[in-house]
Amino acid sequence: MHDTRRRLELGGIALTGLLAVTMLGFLTLDWLQEYPYASALYEQFRIAGRLLDYYLGTNVFSHPYLWRSMATGVLIGVVGPLVGTYLVHREMALIGETLAHTAFAGVAIGLLFSSTTDWSGSLLLVALVVGILGALGVQWLTERTDTYGDVPIAIMLTGSFAVGTLIISYGRGLTGLNIQNFLFGNLSVITPSGARLMGILSVVVVAVVAVTYKQLLFITFDEQAARVARLNVTWYNTLLIVMTAVVVVGAMQVLGVILVAAMLVIPVAAATQLAHSFRETLYLSILFGQVSIIGGFALSISQSLPAGGSIVVVGIAAYLLAVLVSDRSAAAVSVH
Amino acid sequence: MTAVVSLENVTFAYGEQPAVRDVSLTVDQGDFLGLIGPNGSGKTTLLHLMLGLHSPDSGSIELFGEPASAFSEGERIGYVSQQATSRGGTMPVTVREVVTMGRFAHAGHSRLTEADHDIVTDALETVGITALADRQVTQLSGGQRQRAFIARALASEADLLALDEPTVGVDAESRDEFYQLLDSLNDSGITIILIEHDIGVVTDRANRIACLNTELYHHGDTESFVESDALTEAYGTTGHVVEHHH
Repeated sequence: MHDTRRRLELGGIALTGLLAVTMLGFLTLDWLQEYPYASALYEQFRIAGRLLDYYLGTNVFSHPYLWRSMATGVLIGVVGPLVGTYLVHREMALIGETLAHTAFAGVAIGLLFSSTTDWSGSLLLVALVVGILGALGVQWLTERTDTYGDVPIAIMLTGSFAVGTLIISYGRGLTGLNIQNFLFGNLSVITPSGARLMGILSVVVVAVVAVTYKQLLFITFDEQAARVARLNVTWYNTLLIVMTAVVVVGAMQVLGVILVAAMLVIPVAAATQLAHSFRETLYLSILFGQVSIIGGFALSISQSLPAGGSIVVVGIAAYLLAVLVSDRSAAAVSVH
Repeated sequence: MTAVVSLENVTFAYGEQPAVRDVSLTVDQGDFLGLIGPNGSGKTTLLHLMLGLHSPDSGSIELFGEPASAFSEGERIGYVSQQATSRGGTMPVTVREVVTMGRFAHAGHSRLTEADHDIVTDALETVGITALADRQVTQLSGGQRQRAFIARALASEADLLALDEPTVGVDAESRDEFYQLLDSLNDSGITIILIEHDIGVVTDRANRIACLNTELYHHGDTESFVESDALTEAYGTTGHVVEHHH
């Protein structure tokens, strides 16, 4: 029973890994499609997509822009819960929401900048820089108020959103870009460079967590003992919050500013209901993340609904299911 | 022989409020130091100073012969706090995972080896919680949980074990067993610093006593402490002394 469960989980993680690598492969080909060998491979990918659509009777996989959205989604489904597991258990669940609003201010700054100057760089890159600055700002505030209380978080959240709205209002008429896409997310506006950015960020985040898994776990569980063991707690805290900013900016494209915290929190909450160990919490939260993303995409595309809302609703349904299942198993334990 | 911990004229204040004033003491290898004093007397602050978690406003602190703030061999210190973890309530972590944390300072960013896992298994065995290894820490009783934290310190192969009122909320029987465990660890050469509100426990177990109320009222062996008036002086006439109740 225990072994079967473990094997199922590992199988799920292996499948997720395969899916993520396939998506990274697509993003790479999408990027290099001008070049000789890559273009041939890219064509194969397109053909495979058309075949998939033919056999499934869908109209999804033959469109590169939907592949880009799916790739971005699958990667969010991996790195969101991965970073979120540490955040939730540090009682920092809303930090993602805060940093999303900071990144929103970044988008506004980028919009204003690109419409008043000749600069034409990526808005997401500006959002990333501002998001990371915001992360360091929250870290600075919490160190000085001596707790991860929600007051600095609330101040940062509303403050950066306020600045964002001011800038947008000031620059109104100068920009043609629809700010709603950033607020609510939109599958059809994920740009090739945005998807590529998500790809690169995901590889970096997974690598960093793989290397610092032990330190982040120790600090999350018992910060004081970690300090005594001479772990550089401030440095790892900063690393975690910067990674959060990175994930949030990537996820913002699909989920939008308002819903982005969902992927950091909901899969982790569901996993925590069922998991026995911390490692299992990580695995299960990534699996719940994938279920939310894939289910959400299916719902969104088939019913022509917004992707962000669909993903969150599917995620919460999975969470409620996990609560019900864990209630039953808790009852079964107490009978013994 | 170098002292494990040595403090010289250490003073520390939170803002204007002095918590520890002009304290000098040494803890030698193999000592069992009982740190006692009334509530709010600065015991925990003094322990944190010793471990290098705070820097003193004046005076000097050495850990294993190095300035405490520069001391880097974290694996040599095991630390068990009062409510051993504040996340214990919700976070799904197994006992084995907690004890394995003791190897993290050794491993750094590299993978844990087979030898690391063997040491963890031995530590679980030593404190007698092998059967609980795959349980969640949240499902343990107070006494079992504190054993898990001791095992974490053993897994890190600590020479110094610092405990801050480890048996708060632990039933009497488990408490006795817990202190027997500390005794046997002390016998095997581990230096112990224990904050404990039950003075009877301290005078029974410790070979050295430091009695603190912002200033140090006594520092020396247990016999001379029992004979001295340090206790009444430190606790004052209003202080509440928890007497031995076995």
